[in-house]
Amino acid sequence: MDALSKSFGATQALDQVSFFLEKGEVHALLGENGAGKSTMVKILSGAVKPDSGSMTIEGEAYSPAGPLDGRRRGISMIYQELNLAPHLTVEENIMLGQEIHSRGFLSLKSMKARVREALEIVHHPEISPDIPVRKLSVGAKQLVEIARALMNRAKILVMDEPTSSLSQEDSLRLFEIVRRLKTQGVSVIYISHFLEEVQKVADSFTVLRDGRNVGTGRMEETSLEELIQLMVGQKFTELFPRVEHVPGEVLLSLRNLRGRHMQAEASLDLRRGEILGIAGLIGAGRTEMLRSVFGLDSLEKGCIVISGTETSRPVPRWMIAHGAGMMSEDRQSEGLALARSIADNMTLSDFKPFLRCGLLRTNSQRKAAWDLVEKMKIKARTPTQKVFSLSGGNQQKVALARLLHQKADAFLLDEPTRGIDVISKAQIYEWIGELARQGKSVLFVSSYLPELLGVSDRIAVFHRGQIVAVKDASEWDAQSLMSAATVGRTLDA
Amino acid sequence: MSAAKGRTRIGTLLNVLGPFVGLILVIAIFSLIPEVQDRFLRVGNFKSVATQSVIVALGALGMTLIIISGGIDLSAASNIALSSVIVAYAINAGAGPLGAIFLGILTGGLIGFVNGSLITTLRLVPFIVTLGMMGIGRGVAKWIAGNQKIDAPLTWANELMAKSPTPSWLLVAPGIWIMVVFAVLMAVVLRYTVFGRHVFAIGSNEATARLCGIRTRQTKILIYTVSGLFCGLSGVMEFSRLTVGDPTVAVGLELDIIAAVVIGGGSLSGGEGSIMGTMIGVFIMSFLRNGCTMMGWPNYIQEIIIGIIIVVAVALDQVRHRRDV
Repeated sequence: MDALSKSFGATQALDQVSFFLEKGEVHALLGENGAGKSTMVKILSGAVKPDSGSMTIEGEAYSPAGPLDGRRRGISMIYQELNLAPHLTVEENIMLGQEIHSRGFLSLKSMKARVREALEIVHHPEISPDIPVRKLSVGAKQLVEIARALMNRAKILVMDEPTSSLSQEDSLRLFEIVRRLKTQGVSVIYISHFLEEVQKVADSFTVLRDGRNVGTGRMEETSLEELIQLMVGQKFTELFPRVEHVPGEVLLSLRNLRGRHMQAEASLDLRRGEILGIAGLIGAGRTEMLRSVFGLDSLEKGCIVISGTETSRPVPRWMIAHGAGMMSEDRQSEGLALARSIADNMTLSDFKPFLRCGLLRTNSQRKAAWDLVEKMKIKARTPTQKVFSLSGGNQQKVALARLLHQKADAFLLDEPTRGIDVISKAQIYEWIGELARQGKSVLFVSSYLPELLGVSDRIAVFHRGQIVAVKDASEWDAQSLMSAATVGRTLDA
Repeated sequence: MSAAKGRTRIGTLLNVLGPFVGLILVIAIFSLIPEVQDRFLRVGNFKSVATQSVIVALGALGMTLIIISGGIDLSAASNIALSSVIVAYAINAGAGPLGAIFLGILTGGLIGFVNGSLITTLRLVPFIVTLGMMGIGRGVAKWIAGNQKIDAPLTWANELMAKSPTPSWLLVAPGIWIMVVFAVLMAVVLRYTVFGRHVFAIGSNEATARLCGIRTRQTKILIYTVSGLFCGLSGVMEFSRLTVGDPTVAVGLELDIIAAVVIGGGSLSGGEGSIMGTMIGVFIMSFLRNGCTMMGWPNYIQEIIIGIIIVVAVALDQVRHRRDV
């Protein structure tokens, strides 16, 4: 791949990136979220077209018209969201789209033989050809996908965060298989945030930052510290408007909390007038913790104390009544009702102020919404405007305004600035600071380290489901946060 | 390992036998009730139950394909009525019975083809497209028939559903044999052909199917066309039974057809279902109706019982699934 560029609207996702992959090597592709890794592999797979630049495979020019072209040239993607038909068996999934047949009738015997061959390479105790895929664990499913890629005569295998949801044992098994693939001449592009495992499995690496290739080299000639340095870079300090605030008494405590989807217990105290940042990789357990606190996932263990009241069975309605407000990381499908008006979205959590004899007084509802629109500086024409017609930043502000409307005390914010413009971001930072000044509490989950460091009073770090450290923001820096999130501990420089 | 294997074998055994248990239960219950016992347990009665099942069964064979692929066809009953009207119309217009039957089946196939094409090209959900087609088909049938029944002269086409067939070595109505042959054929298609496997794949995860290079559009159009052809054949049987082309026949039958597939283990979210299950679903409903009639229970009781059976059958299916995930 040579000098590839791609921009989406005003954002330059990839800027003149060149990338070389040798036959039979495992090449790690590293970088923070949003650094351009997924754009790059999407271009490779044919799902996205580059604005400029060229690609060659084994000396031949390669310019795919779509994903099918990529597949034909031997490029297979193993995504995190698995691409399997859950009702079909392992064998049926592996052979899907490439069934052996004579005149439309399946040749079951020869297919069985082929599948057995493929399964010899990707071996797993759970996998047998006749078992429906939905009964397999995530790790086994991933191996089925790899087997299908092999059946497709893949030359280049792209693995996107393959171990993020695997057990230790399955991860080791996966590394073993990657090694075996190498000996068969298959090249692997390995995207992962877990640097220690990358060190074990990869031969070489490329680090992307802000859409640029900032470093390529052999794995054994580099250290973890160097990789982290490359990923973090010399970030210019953005303007984080600080609003003075003083932490007070504890408002919300989690005591040995373990929700249905959490991998470990979590204990945290959140004070009034405090902004507690939560760092960690995507999938490290941050969202799962917020969901458990707010009662979206049931608790298996532990309890929550909010404004002095204890519960081990939180439900959203109860949590709202006790002053908690949550903003989902997924505003498209969970956070907002996109097809409804701004007014409806803002006031959905509490219609009581607008009720008279059980009927909704829409005038007062609209007026309340409009007050919030002005307060939050949302760019909208009327309170009845549908939310989907707003920009991402303004949508996010609508979601936040709902928490104000319900007069929350404890704000659980999951990636509140994801995918929004810089100005909206700055407004949201200011708004979070203002909340703290008023004595409210904010739990602020973010994957963007500079904003965590700039906004939070304290920062807790998740690594593989566990809180590995909680320290004052002044004691953290970008590198120590990154290493805690990717390695699980801070490296001594 | 072997214990796990044993368990899965018992599991598959349960999966295969599950619907059978329901059917056997229904037959057993009526066989044990003294008032109806001797009338119910006669060969003649079984024959007439089978004959009554033919029309729903043929429609359900196609519906099984559609439901496995994650779709639905609400126009099935209208399609049956339209096809039966076309057969009567053709015979009246002087066509031979064979030609008329052919035309009827073709009409069904055409409706199915249009359904499939609209679903794939307009990217509309099957529920909407076939809901529209339900009205269109019924309307066209009434239009062609001039809003009344079409009388047609008796031909051999009316023998298809006769309880005592003319060549007596057939033993049962030719329609029953046709139903059996097509049921076996479709079971083979679903299990042993590439097409069949792609039907399951589309219903299980359409995005994956497309990613694996399956031509999902063409496959879906084919699914709806095949299903339409079955509705056409079912319409021929309807004509044969009534000896007239009646545009108002089979109202609401699409729900019986869907119920049969669902009782037989078909999942409305796609990916699951079998011909064997569907046929058992058809017979469960037929035997229930038959038994209830013999008991002298009014129609509304039958409706209540069948309603309960549908919910219970699907609930049991869900429980079974939750257990093995």
